[in-house]
Amino acid sequence: MQTLIKGAHLLDPGNIDGKKGIFIKDHLIEAIVDPDDIETKTYIETRSDTKIIDAKGMIVVPGLIDIHVHLREPGQEYKETIKSGLLASARGGFTGVCSMPNTNPVNDNRQVTKFIINRSKELGLSKVYPTGAITRGSLGNTLAEIYDMQKAGIVAVTDDGKPIENANMMRRAMEYCKGLNIPVFVHAEELSLVDGGSMNEGPFATFWGIKGIPNAAESIMVARDIALCELTGASVHFCHVSTKESVEAIRQAKKRKINITCETAPHYFTLTDADVKDYDTNFKMNPPLRSEEDRLAIICGLSDGTIDLIASDHAPHSVVEKDVEFDMAAFGIIGLETSLPLSLKLFHDKFLTLEELINKMSKNPAKIIGINNDIKPGNLADLTIIDPDVAYEINPESFKSKSKNSPFSGMKVKGRVFLTMVNGKVVYLNGK
Amino acid sequence: MRFTKKDILDIESLEPNEISMILDTAYGMKEISERAVKKVPTLRGKTIVLFFQEPSTRTKLSFDTAAKRLSADSLSISKSSSSIVKGETLIDTAKNLEAMNPDVIVLRHPSSGAAHLIAKRVRASVINAGDGIHAHPSQALLDMMTVREKKGKIKGLKISIIGDIAHSRVARSDITGFSKMGAHVFICAPGTMIPMGIENLGCTISPNIETCIEGADIIMMLRIQKERQGNILFPTEREYAMLYGLNKARLNLAKKDVIVMHPGPMNRGVEISSEVADSEYSLILEQVTNGVALRMALFYLVAGGGRHADSD
Ligand SMILES: [Zn+2]
Repeated sequence: MQTLIKGAHLLDPGNIDGKKGIFIKDHLIEAIVDPDDIETKTYIETRSDTKIIDAKGMIVVPGLIDIHVHLREPGQEYKETIKSGLLASARGGFTGVCSMPNTNPVNDNRQVTKFIINRSKELGLSKVYPTGAITRGSLGNTLAEIYDMQKAGIVAVTDDGKPIENANMMRRAMEYCKGLNIPVFVHAEELSLVDGGSMNEGPFATFWGIKGIPNAAESIMVARDIALCELTGASVHFCHVSTKESVEAIRQAKKRKINITCETAPHYFTLTDADVKDYDTNFKMNPPLRSEEDRLAIICGLSDGTIDLIASDHAPHSVVEKDVEFDMAAFGIIGLETSLPLSLKLFHDKFLTLEELINKMSKNPAKIIGINNDIKPGNLADLTIIDPDVAYEINPESFKSKSKNSPFSGMKVKGRVFLTMVNGKVVYLNGK
Repeated sequence: MRFTKKDILDIESLEPNEISMILDTAYGMKEISERAVKKVPTLRGKTIVLFFQEPSTRTKLSFDTAAKRLSADSLSISKSSSSIVKGETLIDTAKNLEAMNPDVIVLRHPSSGAAHLIAKRVRASVINAGDGIHAHPSQALLDMMTVREKKGKIKGLKISIIGDIAHSRVARSDITGFSKMGAHVFICAPGTMIPMGIENLGCTISPNIETCIEGADIIMMLRIQKERQGNILFPTEREYAMLYGLNKARLNLAKKDVIVMHPGPMNRGVEISSEVADSEYSLILEQVTNGVALRMALFYLVAGGGRHADSD
């Protein structure tokens, strides 16, 4: 079985940038050809069963990868299952996602890792690259069997959702992971400063009478773990960076050639604490929405390359966790199906070139978890086709995710996924 | 003018003319409280639910008395008697209350925004009797009532609020209310008790208690809750009293006809010296009487005859 994607602009940063046709055979990219060569027909006629995807006016990019996703299975299937999460991934244009290990049981052993991988393979949707826990039960006390999980298929370790409070524990984890050549994803949060807060500390928290979380709760831990990275030489990745101080600390550390990378999430460059209104718990996540100054610092960090990538921190919660008092509500919002359009705004607003954006949503995440997703003959055909200019309104009712906890309902955006292809198979086609 | 608000959730959502209307109504209600027969049939047949998820004797008694004086049927639901403890959510409980067809629900709750949450889900009017550290509108309105009664106005007065602003819903509502009505509000507290951006509610932070009190028309002392604050916010009550306690010497810095208020219960010798608490300047007991009248006014305005007849 052969597929031809034609009429599109092919953009694989550092590799290809131009009008090209792509032939896909079975799971693999077979050939990349100039438009004129497609029209010679000889290529097609010899293969009369060729399925043609007309992608005129669209952009074909290496499959997007979201390295921060909570799939909730095993254990919290009422919020999301691997299946619903992967359907949402496909609809969001992601050919692969990293699942966070804070499931129930925690992914701190090979059995859970295997379960996730097997379940996702049997679905044949987007791919899952699981992350495993750093410490057993993510309790921060003893190392999990990281090597065993690595053999089973994890691509990184993290105790996401919880910080490792003990600095020596974090030091040892980094040293151990360096030996295994596996990256450490850091959830940077100093809990003593969070102190029961549930939104950004500042005038808006004061206005609503909600206990605040200061920027320092994040940046102190970022600074600590930069120091530990410098000490250990491990490869360290900071999750969901939200403050200007964190961005600056990372910028300076990168100047000193310390081996760190970081991500931010679309809500941190789209919304601020001024948008938290009337105790709407869909605006409650951790880290919290920060000030306008922080939002601008995040955009600067993305523009100047300090922030390597965009990940959604997709965190599905049901009404049981969300339809309650603000301080009692769970932290977290879904993001898989809004990440691309919100990020495309950075391109439309000229903060990022399209090339930079694709680096941040595809190539850089791939690099961090050790995947080569270049569009070239012989590579697996994991592709995303983007329709960059179509305007519409975000409607969570149309989401594939089981949960609807999105603060972006009704927001006007530009750009959507036209098609998502995983291993040569179409897993999402707009409108289908 | 007709009062059109369904709920009384916070001071922010009330316009100055609505605040004036509430105060005017409250003065009328106070007259009823001074009669030999302290009861009028105004709200006969109406049901008022007092739903208190946090212990409170004074505020609850005040609302209850207000309901009875207007001949409404009031029923009380407290934390232990409701099924919230058994895992029912606030919204479930509110919907169950709704089944009793109440006209007004008075809610006291430890979470900020709790009253907003249920107000959106029930047909009944919701009066916020204190939500977390967010708002306590009836207390602030009664403070404004007392001040206007004593001073004949609110506009232009210097109001000094001293104490734990960060954990006080009364302080937030007072700052917002008094500044809305044209007073100049000054606050003073240890840095640990001043929330970020409080100036935006309409107040000035004074560097010390002397500056704060100087020339004040009204001094409002907030209760220090040592049980809640341990000693991470201030070292000892002794040192707190040294820096922020109201004593006679400090009181002398204020205007001659200054009024001292306290939402109670007081910690004598900590935020307020006994000498000041028992002095002629103190209106602490008067506030109790006004509290009932003010709450009668709120019930009357949200549930009384003139209430948004077209929306029922
Ligand atoms: Zn996290």
